[in-house]
Amino acid sequence: MERTNALDHGVRYARDNPGVAVVAAFAALLLLDLLFKLVGVSIGPLTVAGTDLGPLGGEMPLTRVFGYTWDGVVIGLVIGLASIGLSLTYSILNFANFAHGDYITAGAFSGWAATYIVAGLGGLLPILETAVNALTGIGQRSITDTDMVSLVLLQTPPATAGANVWLSPIAVILGLVVAVGLTIVMALVLDRVVYKPMRGADGISLLIASIGVAFAIRYLVALVFGNSRRIVTSTDKLPEFTVVGTRINAHEVTLVVVAVALMLGMHVLLQRTKLGKAMRAMADNRDLARVTGIPTEHVIRTTWILGAGLTGAAGFLLVLSQSGLGFTTGWRLLLLIFAAVIMGGIGSIYGAIAGGLLIGLASRVSLVWLQGDFSSFADPAAFALMILVLLFRPSGIFGGVKTA
Amino acid sequence: MSADNGARSALDDARGILERVFAPDAVKVFAMFAGIWLLFIWFGTQLGYADHFIFALVRRVTFLSAVYALAVLALNIQWGYAGLFNIGVAGFMAVGAYSVAMLSGSPGGTPPGLGLPLPIGILGGVLAATAIGLVAALPALRLKADYLAIVTVAISEIIRLTFNSPAFADVTGGASGFDNLPTNPVRTLLLTEPGSIISEPTAIGQTIFSFTAEYGLQRLTVLNTVYTLGTLAVLLGVYLLLERAGKSPFGRVLKAIREDEVAARSLGKDTQNFKVRAFALGCGLMGLAGILWYAMGPRASVVPVNFRPPLTFYIFIALIIGGSGSNTGSILGGALFASLLFEAPPRVATIIGNRYEIAADPANLVQALAPIVEGELMPLAGFLLNNIDTLRFIGMGVLLVVLVQRRPEGLLGARKETASAVSLAEDTRPGTAPERTTAAADGGEVDE
Repeated sequence: MERTNALDHGVRYARDNPGVAVVAAFAALLLLDLLFKLVGVSIGPLTVAGTDLGPLGGEMPLTRVFGYTWDGVVIGLVIGLASIGLSLTYSILNFANFAHGDYITAGAFSGWAATYIVAGLGGLLPILETAVNALTGIGQRSITDTDMVSLVLLQTPPATAGANVWLSPIAVILGLVVAVGLTIVMALVLDRVVYKPMRGADGISLLIASIGVAFAIRYLVALVFGNSRRIVTSTDKLPEFTVVGTRINAHEVTLVVVAVALMLGMHVLLQRTKLGKAMRAMADNRDLARVTGIPTEHVIRTTWILGAGLTGAAGFLLVLSQSGLGFTTGWRLLLLIFAAVIMGGIGSIYGAIAGGLLIGLASRVSLVWLQGDFSSFADPAAFALMILVLLFRPSGIFGGVKTA
Repeated sequence: MSADNGARSALDDARGILERVFAPDAVKVFAMFAGIWLLFIWFGTQLGYADHFIFALVRRVTFLSAVYALAVLALNIQWGYAGLFNIGVAGFMAVGAYSVAMLSGSPGGTPPGLGLPLPIGILGGVLAATAIGLVAALPALRLKADYLAIVTVAISEIIRLTFNSPAFADVTGGASGFDNLPTNPVRTLLLTEPGSIISEPTAIGQTIFSFTAEYGLQRLTVLNTVYTLGTLAVLLGVYLLLERAGKSPFGRVLKAIREDEVAARSLGKDTQNFKVRAFALGCGLMGLAGILWYAMGPRASVVPVNFRPPLTFYIFIALIIGGSGSNTGSILGGALFASLLFEAPPRVATIIGNRYEIAADPANLVQALAPIVEGELMPLAGFLLNNIDTLRFIGMGVLLVVLVQRRPEGLLGARKETASAVSLAEDTRPGTAPERTTAAADGGEVDE
């Protein structure tokens, strides 16, 4: 009895929402295909209306699926971290910040420049020693002539600089701090110069201004660091271990640990502090919040600090795991971040984290089905997922519950 | 005192005359093009170019101005008239250019085209862009403006990545682009063998070539010039079409939607329907712009990297410069963006570099800044001049921010285009005495 009711309900729902039903059916088909692939069964080749769709099922070892999943989690955490920032500014300042991707780039470059300096000079100790020597004359100058310029501009080969969490952990931690700090400073300055004078403006004007900001940041980075893409981290002597046939190195583990720690910190901040409550109130209704006596400018500043800090960290961590860095790195990630924010529902930090993981997984696990030449459709698959969510559930998959 | 007054009234008179002369849009556009041409002729002489090189430079700037203006006009229909924030322009241009290449490319080349006649190909390209626009618009227009922005930019990226994918490389050419482009119509018009530039000219070609030979112009320049003139003619046609459409019932409803959608709906207009049609029309024109720009002519190259999102943003900057909502403003904005922001900076950099004999070429910003301590400014100047392309993009970003903050209405966007078919200032009611006109006008909204 219960079961038939549920079935009836499902059928009625599918009839009322044909779009959702199609999407769900497609998802079920993919899942079935994955199961067949894992077991190694193949049915087909299927032909629909004269076009060959290839066989259902096939060969896909579990290790490969796990590898894609792990990659998806790693990139998903980065996207999630950056999405929190975008989601916060989107809900509190009420505009889609198209410069967000370039905040990531700025964070990554500034953080890694700091790491290169510290690691390239041999760690903190020699730097302190030399500083003490220069100021007081005690001790010795342990830093000999190092090519500071190519260190700052990330032109030293990564192995020479020792840009590696195992060889110079302090340098990496310092780099993370600098990435967070400089991104915050940049965001505050930009808010003061660009967004504050147009606080009351509509979302589209702010969006257009943010496109201008994006151009300016991106090409300023290109002006300073050059416009060639480079490899930044080295995997020299980096410990790694194997789980279900997938190699996981210390950089990826660092990324997961730091990202999860930052997300937990964010959760505590927003749920347990008065500030968090004020931010939630402002996201809900800005005028009401101001009437209630919430200092809106103060909350806006805090929003930028939190959002930009997490975004800078995301940029730094992204490079730690992916190693490549160019002046368009963050910009290329921007649409995926938007997808994550929209999936999670704008204004929800838990939604942003979940959306980030989902988009990360979607862009990597989709490779199970998009094999060979079709692997270039991984990103379009994630974009398509975003468009579907916007069409069928514009408030996000969690139903627009505003948590932050 | 009175002399001062006299001077001032003379100045006012002069300004009045100037304003009257520049009031017609045609004069504005001609004055702007003349200004651009003079500027680039001056650049050419400063750079020591030979006459036919100067001519080619001016031709190049004119062409770019025309295609930008065309794309901006298309965007203006969507954003300026219907208030639809589409930032997927590049994607729709790609659909147009690729469709023409696929429909009219020769069947023997790689990747093979269908070999259809070019007019059918162009029509097909415009229709394909319209169709993709319709598919995108039907669901997407239900969304809020900023969601629409994100969806359209995602769609344009999906389109580009699909053309870029190796999976369909035998149809689209993949990342290296569609090489087998249809024959440039100007070549077909002027040459008996369009594939060979030295072949025997046709009757029309003979007349034109013999005329231009007197001025020492090469055949390639002549072909490109004719193509550019053709593009200008298309631009004029599209402009007249849109001006006409803007004054038609269709355009008036669009303007009403832009001003107040709820009010328009309460007057019984199916605003959704009008928005979809405006979106599709704009997408079709974007397709046309993509075709004229990339599928043939002097800049023909149908490659995925041409259609990246920054192209969309350039067109947006151009529209904001010109003023969204004004067709004349769109043309001014497109041409000013293409000439002053895009083509001029490298020329200015070269001229400055030559004039002040700046030869320094530091490898990076640190090496450029360090000598300032010693009072050496040359390395910095050399560095900035060598990186003029990067600086240009920084400048565009800053300009966009300043425009949005200080002058969001652009050059001509502030001009009020009423949604009414008759002038509201005139009293057209029968039986009212002439002296009561002002009182009657109070009933309706007085035009600003």
